[in-house]
Amino acid sequence: MLTFTIRRLLLAIPTLLFISLVIFLLLEASPGDPLADVPLTVPPEVRERMREALGLGSPWYVRYVLWLKQFFWVEPLYWFDQAFGTQFSAGMQRIISFQSRSPVFDIIAQRVPQTLTVVGFSYLVGILIAIPIGILSAYRQYSWFDQIGTFVSMIGFSMPTFFTGVVLIIIFGVKLQWFPSVYDTTLVVRDWDSFLAQVRQMIMPVTVLALYNAAQISRFMRASMLDNLRQDYVRTARAKGLSERTVVLKHVLRNSLIPVITVIALGLPTVFGGAIITEQVFKVNGLGQLLITAIHGNDIPMVLTLTFMFAILIVLFTLIADILYGILDPRIRYD
Amino acid sequence: MTETERQHQLSVAETVDAAAAQAGAATALPPDDPLHAGGETRSQWRDIWRQFRSHKGAIVALVLFVGIILFVLVGPLIWTIDPTYVDIRARNSGFSAAHPLGTDQLGRDMLARLMAGGQVSIAVGLTAMIIAVSLGSLIGLLSGYFRRLDAPLMRLTELFLALPLLPLLLLMVTLFREPLSQNFGPALGIFILIVSAIGATSWMQAARIVRGDVLGLKEREFILAAKSIGTPAHRMILRHVLPNVLSPIMVAATLGIATAIITESALSFLGLGFPPDFPTWGRLLYDAVDQMIQYPSRVILPGVFISLTVLCVNYIGDGLRDAMDPRIRGR
Repeated sequence: MLTFTIRRLLLAIPTLLFISLVIFLLLEASPGDPLADVPLTVPPEVRERMREALGLGSPWYVRYVLWLKQFFWVEPLYWFDQAFGTQFSAGMQRIISFQSRSPVFDIIAQRVPQTLTVVGFSYLVGILIAIPIGILSAYRQYSWFDQIGTFVSMIGFSMPTFFTGVVLIIIFGVKLQWFPSVYDTTLVVRDWDSFLAQVRQMIMPVTVLALYNAAQISRFMRASMLDNLRQDYVRTARAKGLSERTVVLKHVLRNSLIPVITVIALGLPTVFGGAIITEQVFKVNGLGQLLITAIHGNDIPMVLTLTFMFAILIVLFTLIADILYGILDPRIRYD
Repeated sequence: MTETERQHQLSVAETVDAAAAQAGAATALPPDDPLHAGGETRSQWRDIWRQFRSHKGAIVALVLFVGIILFVLVGPLIWTIDPTYVDIRARNSGFSAAHPLGTDQLGRDMLARLMAGGQVSIAVGLTAMIIAVSLGSLIGLLSGYFRRLDAPLMRLTELFLALPLLPLLLLMVTLFREPLSQNFGPALGIFILIVSAIGATSWMQAARIVRGDVLGLKEREFILAAKSIGTPAHRMILRHVLPNVLSPIMVAATLGIATAIITESALSFLGLGFPPDFPTWGRLLYDAVDQMIQYPSRVILPGVFISLTVLCVNYIGDGLRDAMDPRIRGR
């Protein structure tokens, strides 16, 4: 197991390097000019100096290696310094956003809490809804509960989140006026009232994403439960006279959760990337919204860093899913 | 009843019985000429169709999907208002006889726009699916069949699976919109861009499924038999391997249409899809969001069309998967 993990970690390095190169070259091939918004009255020599100042003067491979150094060396050193009060990163250039001229990671650190509270919470809610539904649907296969559950989950992953979000806003935000339609990120939870306001503004985005996630996870849960319910060990457990509750909730559920947990782990990185649309619908200024504004503004360092962070998350969680699978299911051996 | 009458009746009954027994024997025994015996030929596709028909949701979905296709293809021949015709005096009108689904903020007819938008959305879905599935099947076949290609191609697939797809799609569409628009015209340029971007980022699932099936197939006797009589590789793949992995490919293709339609409308919704005067369902929804408080129907209609189409396609895919699974078929 340990050798497997180490080998996979080592293999992840070239993968990530390749991905970063792909993203970098894609951005490099773009016709967009970060200086496009600079007024035409600025003389060409000044424009050229501005270009130099942004670090665009040197050839692409120099800039790529420089970015790699900043990402993997300067930034960790900086955060190390912040944590322990050391001075290792003094005088080193951090990754700077073209748009706001402040370090990319500072902006990301500001945006992460919004994304995590809304999107992470909705993923949690989705899982908590999906697992009981999956268990019941499988246990009572082809019953009315199963039929309705199947239909609802089909609808759940057929309706794009930007449509469910807009419909919820029309019904509950505009017609009924129950919840605010725009997410207010300046709200600070201080007392009971502000906590209620926070809950109220979180309900709609969380519902939209939870419905979407629950739809997918409950299908996996149902399929996995069905696979296990037909196994011989279930018959043995029943023959031993164990109560139905023990059979289903202890024996079957534990075994059925193994593939579902890996699916959940694999889905986690899309929590960050896939919520781009929902954040846009409810105007949550999280990571997704940051990426979109950066793309529109030709902010190459920001786009590169964000996209690469999404890639790291995907690679990391794929690895976690594989390791979890090996730990949870002793029959699986990676050699 | 006289004796002769009774005798006659009995003999009639006897012949009927004999005929029935003969018929029974004929159906129980395999016919001499299996290809043309009886009126009914039992082919694999007929079996699949029969199983598919028993999936109620899939049949309803198929009927609805054909209905939607007819609506977007035949509809414009009946409802001949130009979807881009601006009638500023009739703008923002509600449901009326002249405009059954109302008009938008420039007085363009919503019914006509929904039809035109559907054509584009479904065309994007189909084309992107064809690209993704052909690419995926090709890579899956090659890596499953040729052992030497397996490792590099699977590395490639894993690499693509590790890419953050939606951010990359957004990036590709923003960056290459201008050059392609200049070369092919705004509408066709964006169509090529979106279709190839979606196709290039969604072939991995198909490749993995096909590879797995090909690997399993290679162990079977008929492949060994075909190989032992010296069948060349290209004929092996086309005649023996490909027809046998067709069913997972078809399921992947059906589900691929759904994802492609959703992705296109998501891009349109983020304002990175087709140009504004070129309606697609996602674009119609996006354009209507600014005025959703006054005119909610303009948001809901295209949204319902997207959801309904995707729902139908997903149900058809579900039915197909059940129908093509030999473990379930014939139950």
